[in-house]
Amino acid sequence: MKDDSRMAHPSALKGAYAVWWRETTVFFREPPRIISAVVSPIIWLVIFGAGLGESVRIGGESYQQFIFGGVLVQTFLFSSLFYGAYLVWDRKIDVLKAVLVSPLSRSSIFLGKVLGGVTISLIESVIVLLVGAMIGMQYSPATFFIVLGLVALASAGLTALGLIVGSYMESPEGFQLLGSLVLFPMFFLSGALFPISNLTGPLGLVAALNPVTYIVDLLRGALSGVYYLDPAVDAVAFIGFIILANVAGVLAFERMKS
Amino acid sequence: MAVIEISKLTKHFGKIHAVDGLCLKIDEGEVFGLLGPNGAGKTTTIKMLATLLAPTSGRATVNGFDIAKSPSKVRQSIGIVFQEPSSDELLSGYENLKLHSMIYGLPGGLVEKRIDDALALVELSDRRNDLVKTYSGGMRRRLEIARGLLHQPKVLFLDEPTLGLDPRGRKTMWGYVKRLVAELNMTILLTTHYMEEADELAGRICVIDNGKAVAVDSPGALKAKVGGDLVTITSSPLPDLKSLTKLKFVRGAEMTDGRLLITVSDAAANLQELLAKIGKVECVEVRSPTLNDVFIKFTGRELEQAEGGWFDKIVQQSVNKQ
Ligand SMILES: Nc1ncnc2c1ncn2[C@@H]1O[C@H](COP(=O)(O)OP(=O)(O)OP(=O)(O)O)[C@@H](O)[C@H]1O
Ligand SMILES: [Mg+2]
Repeated sequence: MKDDSRMAHPSALKGAYAVWWRETTVFFREPPRIISAVVSPIIWLVIFGAGLGESVRIGGESYQQFIFGGVLVQTFLFSSLFYGAYLVWDRKIDVLKAVLVSPLSRSSIFLGKVLGGVTISLIESVIVLLVGAMIGMQYSPATFFIVLGLVALASAGLTALGLIVGSYMESPEGFQLLGSLVLFPMFFLSGALFPISNLTGPLGLVAALNPVTYIVDLLRGALSGVYYLDPAVDAVAFIGFIILANVAGVLAFERMKS
Repeated sequence: MAVIEISKLTKHFGKIHAVDGLCLKIDEGEVFGLLGPNGAGKTTTIKMLATLLAPTSGRATVNGFDIAKSPSKVRQSIGIVFQEPSSDELLSGYENLKLHSMIYGLPGGLVEKRIDDALALVELSDRRNDLVKTYSGGMRRRLEIARGLLHQPKVLFLDEPTLGLDPRGRKTMWGYVKRLVAELNMTILLTTHYMEEADELAGRICVIDNGKAVAVDSPGALKAKVGGDLVTITSSPLPDLKSLTKLKFVRGAEMTDGRLLITVSDAAANLQELLAKIGKVECVEVRSPTLNDVFIKFTGRELEQAEGGWFDKIVQQSVNKQ
């Protein structure tokens, strides 16, 4: 016997909005999350950037200007991936299954989560951009918005990647592992802190396959006009990564039980 | 008509047979109770029906939809109150319900009224804007119940809904479950290890042990299977068991802890004759069978002990020390 009259028919977009609303509301109620996300990039910028700034110049820019784009990427790279992996935490505190058992389609839930991650990345990036301006980084108002657009797109891909990991991970202890095994190599081998043109062999290969490499190059290019790779290659890799990560993410959510 | 049909449903976790070939049919508008001790497989059964866990084998339909083939249709048809609270601690009670109403696509015009009613029902109206992390255990439980009911699903799963509620909260909850069935013809599958709860609410009960259904029937019929009323007698010297069992209304007699436990078909009619046969007694206790007796009959173990064993032991030890 099937009875349609009493079945729930949530709208996909409203449902995604609901998930987004939950993610962002909870984020603002946990101040340590936002503080930890923006403090370390700013420390990098101030201490490393200014400290080495006098002695090192890369590609005609000061070191501080060079790492500004990289540090910005660091901000939302860590927050996007960890945000996705927060799924494990939601599973542990039992709030995840309440959403998974709902009639909302898995792609709606996924969309809401990705938008939540993007929103959080944007907020943090605005803070880092403004602090950067205060300590002497130069960019035009137009650049400010172009960079935020790129941040939004890149974060959509990285959040999706984090969500995929989170959908497979069983325990929050996996967080630590994710950090040291995936995140740090991804960040260090991306050209964020030193040019990767020096890297050869396996490391060079990892850098070339690392999506963050292209995100860093695009963002730094947008900020300072200096590209280390071909911008066209950057753009193709960037967009390809975002699409791939999101398609894989929806599939991972479809198969997730609880 | 069957709203839930379970056929040979099985779930193994490695060597553990959490649910083992369960077959059940639950009709529309029925309150069906799964009664069993810790680890019997109640939650596992509900999780499979709610599409949160894939069965090892067997199949089941909810509202006519196969749990394996059309999980999203099943999800559209159900509501669930989990055994562990699953509300968001960093949201207020009101916000949790609001979120739920959006996720379940409640029509905008209904939302505020439903939330107000639900909060009033579980007596949380005055705490509606406080974050859930400031709620007590019982309050969380009540919020959970309010959330499960908010969208008035066709089929509702309640996994130990009154766990942690005080007696008054439990009574209120019972009243509400009855109203849901009467007014909305909701079908409810409820798990519990409280005998009174199953007795009070469920039209039929499945006694489940080690993942297997050991008995399915109405509470009354199950109790009747125990075989009548129970008479407990303390006397010294204790009478001869054999002579008692010769009486035609005596269904069984056994000694436990120096007392004599006799099952008779109808205590009201037979007590006089029974006592005459026994002679001088110190103490007589007569009671109707409870579901605990049912449980003992079908599994050979006590449900109450299986449930609170370790706790009772700790209490006992601390009392003994004094
Ligand atoms: N994820 C899991 N992994 C391994 N074993 C599990 C898992 N979930 C449940 N079990 C086992 O399956 C059995 C049934 O568990 P279940 O939670 O269904 O019991 P229950 O009847 O709900 O008990 P309770 O009254 O304690 O809630 C138990 O032996 C339990 O240890
Ligand atoms: Mg359980």
